[in-house]
Amino acid sequence: MLAVKRIILDVLKPHQPNALEFCQAIANAGTDYRVRLTVLEVDEKTETLQIEVTGNIVDFDVVQSTISDIGGSLHSIDEVEVQNEPDS
Amino acid sequence: MNLIHKIKFILRLTRSHNIVRRYFIVNGFDGALTMLGLIMGFIFSRTIELSVILNACLGAAIALGMSGMSSAYVSESAERHRELEQLEDAMMSDLKDSSHGEAARRVPWLVALVNGFAPLIFSLLILMPLFLSIAGVVFPVSPLYIAILIALLLVFLLGVFLGRIAGVSWLRSGIQTLFIATVTATLIYLFTR
Repeated sequence: MLAVKRIILDVLKPHQPNALEFCQAIANAGTDYRVRLTVLEVDEKTETLQIEVTGNIVDFDVVQSTISDIGGSLHSIDEVEVQNEPDS
Repeated sequence: MNLIHKIKFILRLTRSHNIVRRYFIVNGFDGALTMLGLIMGFIFSRTIELSVILNACLGAAIALGMSGMSSAYVSESAERHRELEQLEDAMMSDLKDSSHGEAARRVPWLVALVNGFAPLIFSLLILMPLFLSIAGVVFPVSPLYIAILIALLLVFLLGVFLGRIAGVSWLRSGIQTLFIATVTATLIYLFTR
């Protein structure tokens, strides 16, 4: 089974919700997600973020829909780490 | 997310705390002063029945509530729509299905409810002695005077609330709003006798 272990995303979001709430919402999308968020740029109405999500199995679709639900816009997937795990 | 958390979240998202608070104070004050004016007018008219006074005041309270609700909804709805469009332009994406879109749809209702219910609840509190008197409760003085006292007390409490928000003396702020109510009462006395 191919398991996504880590993804780094480039995301644009409005100032609200703030970085902490944004991070918490993404972490809440999985049971063991660890999220690291870095604000790269702040504009008048938006912020550009780099978001790193790590977990045993990161569900990209869920992460993406969580980001859009809270008002963010995914610009690109910058890094991915995938592991081929034997089916148990 | 429970309802309270949801409301807090959308208020934070749209930074509407201040607007809701302002609407509550402004329209609560409106309700209290309108009832004060009506009741004082009836006191100076002397011979009117209590049920007529209650109906007139209740009619005014409902009208204030409906007016507050509809005007706030229309204006807030337009404001939120405009803000969402500006945010969508900045984000270069459609936010209608996001929490921002949801907030833009719900905040006008929330503000409208506060704006409508504030004068209505304040008015009903002021009219309470009239309701009780009609229901058979006997007061040592006319229920109209008790209603005026409640109106003055509510105006004072609104001032206290304002003082606490501004971080200034609550007593001074309470006395300031009470002074406004007293001036209103004096003007009504002068013009309706």
